[in-house]
Amino acid sequence: MHYQFDFEALLPYWQSFLQGAVTTIEMTVVAVAIGLVIGVLCAIARRSAYPWLRLAVGIYIEIVRNTPFIVQIFFIFFGLSSIGLTMPVFFASVFAMVINVGAYTAEIVRAGMEAVHPGQIEAAEALGLSRFQIYRDIILMPSIERVYPALTSQFILMMLSTSITSQISAEDLTGVANNIQSYTFRSFETYIVIAAIYLVITYLLRFGFHAIALAIFPRRRKLGTPL
Amino acid sequence: MTDGFTINHLVYLLHGLVWTVVLSALAFALGGVAGFFVMLARTSTMRWLRRLSLVYVQIIQGTPLLILMFVIYFGLGVIGIELPPLMAAGVGMMIYSSAYLGEIWRGCIESVPRTQFEAAECLALTRWQVLVDVILPQAMRIATPPTVGFMVQLVKNTSLASVVGFVELTRAAQVINNSLFQPFLIFGIAAAFYFCVCYPLSVWSRSLERKLNVGRR
Repeated sequence: MHYQFDFEALLPYWQSFLQGAVTTIEMTVVAVAIGLVIGVLCAIARRSAYPWLRLAVGIYIEIVRNTPFIVQIFFIFFGLSSIGLTMPVFFASVFAMVINVGAYTAEIVRAGMEAVHPGQIEAAEALGLSRFQIYRDIILMPSIERVYPALTSQFILMMLSTSITSQISAEDLTGVANNIQSYTFRSFETYIVIAAIYLVITYLLRFGFHAIALAIFPRRRKLGTPL
Repeated sequence: MTDGFTINHLVYLLHGLVWTVVLSALAFALGGVAGFFVMLARTSTMRWLRRLSLVYVQIIQGTPLLILMFVIYFGLGVIGIELPPLMAAGVGMMIYSSAYLGEIWRGCIESVPRTQFEAAECLALTRWQVLVDVILPQAMRIATPPTVGFMVQLVKNTSLASVVGFVELTRAAQVINNSLFQPFLIFGIAAAFYFCVCYPLSVWSRSLERKLNVGRR
């Protein structure tokens, strides 16, 4: 019961903590950037005229959304290496994250697209806009603007999920913490410190996403409100 | 790789699945009770209680569940409490789900029209009566789809209990994979098991949502 907290033992490792935090942010940014593109493409494919394409994308989304991320990572990392396809841990982690983010983004963006009133699309067609223009200006941007809050909280959940990549010994924040606690035997303190760092990253990301929203959405209205 | 995947391995995985379901149910029951109190605190009339519960929710939602598991696992050991892995994992999942459920339910309470609160107060109901007799029955209808949706998250996140040594489905798959090294097969089966539990819940949640939205279409 008489436990002496000793956070000072962790001080010499501050650079490792910082490095881990940077890796976590890097993974998140790369995975979110690629995953967003894949997700949007999948959301468009879900509205495609080809039933087989809708079905294939639907199966991908449902499988990813209904299985745990940790199992997906093990499946990809250990699975690919068992057939001789070894890759750096960072790459494997980001790969698994992209697949995960893509499916969730697709589902969120699809919900936004469904909320676009058909009359708007008909009006755009009547004005002679091309298919590409209709998708970009009438369907995609307004629906992303509408689901932006859901999208960003999903991305932040993804950032928190990067901690799971430590299970395939990625050197993210949690992976670094696992190492440090085995050097210092100060496991309790180490995990409290990185919990605080994750909290800081969460707020940094929220701030960043808000700044991005201000920059890309022309209309200054409350995000996520009905169109 | 001396021998292949046998029926014994499948039985072991099924045992893991049972523990996954048990842990999910435990987390939902305990987290539901705790989440109810979080919801009460978040909508309390006392400002300090609202602030305190907000900080709690922000901390839990801003840190990974994996880290929460580690903190509880090592933290409980440090203050000298020896819990069986099921309880340790259960406590972690409970804290996690209480924050999320509390926040979901708060949203549902607040989406009940303001006039309902005011009308109930005009009828001289106490605060508790307002909540139980007027607001909750209405909020519960709104709350069911997202709550079922969160159960999917909960089932999936029990997989993180594997890191503190609780043998549920993911851990069982890891143990088997360590001896057989057929990851595609073993993690594929584990994923299929998770899918069998989660997909019906997802479908249920979606159909509830559709029913709820009928009036608004």
